[in-house]
Amino acid sequence: MKKNKLILYILSFTLIFLNNLNADNSQQIDKISKNLRCLICQGQSVYDSQSDFALSMKVLIDNKINEGKTEKEIYDFLKNKYGEWIVYEPEIGLNTILLWVIPLILFIFGGILIVRKVSIK
Amino acid sequence: MIKKIKFVIIILFFSFIFFVFFKGLDKPNSYLPKKNITEIDTSLVFKNLYDQKEIVLGELISKNSFSIVNIWASWCLPCRDEHEYLLKLKNLNKINVIGINYKDKKSNATKFLSDLGNPYHEVLIDLDGTKSIEFGAIGVPETYLINNKIIVKKYIGPLDQSKLKDIIEIIKNEKK
Repeated sequence: MKKNKLILYILSFTLIFLNNLNADNSQQIDKISKNLRCLICQGQSVYDSQSDFALSMKVLIDNKINEGKTEKEIYDFLKNKYGEWIVYEPEIGLNTILLWVIPLILFIFGGILIVRKVSIK
Repeated sequence: MIKKIKFVIIILFFSFIFFVFFKGLDKPNSYLPKKNITEIDTSLVFKNLYDQKEIVLGELISKNSFSIVNIWASWCLPCRDEHEYLLKLKNLNKINVIGINYKDKKSNATKFLSDLGNPYHEVLIDLDGTKSIEFGAIGVPETYLINNKIIVKKYIGPLDQSKLKDIIEIIKNEKK
């Protein structure tokens, strides 16, 4: 009787362990889908959204990971289908250079202002 | 004098901001991808709605002529509106019209087609919506005009008279 119980314990623990092994796929899905814009629901990422589009997108990401695609390959695939807009972080290019540079300029400008104010006093 | 200049500058600045935002109001909020010319993966395997047979997409899309791929679902109301235009397209007998049934029940889908008429030469199913993503779809209904494995034009939302005209025009121009 005790033997049976022990076997049962071991079996259930191995099952839990196996379950955890599978879980790392979902972690990667979460990571990728947080970086993707849900195109039909404004202001939400694919991760947040429960729309049909976002749900399918998560299944697709899962499939792609199982096919052995890397994170970057998945982003490239989606950018090819939907354009640059689908990823949250815009690439540095001619169109987006202002976007990247303006905060830096403002930061430096603000710094100069502060330094001047302090030195006047 | 300096006060006056400052005042004018501030007024100009605010009117500039007002102008920018005012212009922005008119801009459509929904995003459409700029890149429309994308190649489709012809090795995609679909199941047929009626007999569940597996079909490779490349076999359905003929190489040197136009095909139409329409993504639809029985639960989608705008799909009912565009149905008559799809039937018109089929009656032209010039284009291969392929339907992709998006996240639907088989019984509902077949009833939809028997009630309203079947405009498709082939009806494929996409149960989890992943295959529609391969086309770059964001929802239903969407229609793609395909030539030479390339998406020539993409119509988001239901077809109407002007879109139908557009499709016919594009096909005519290409044939010349």
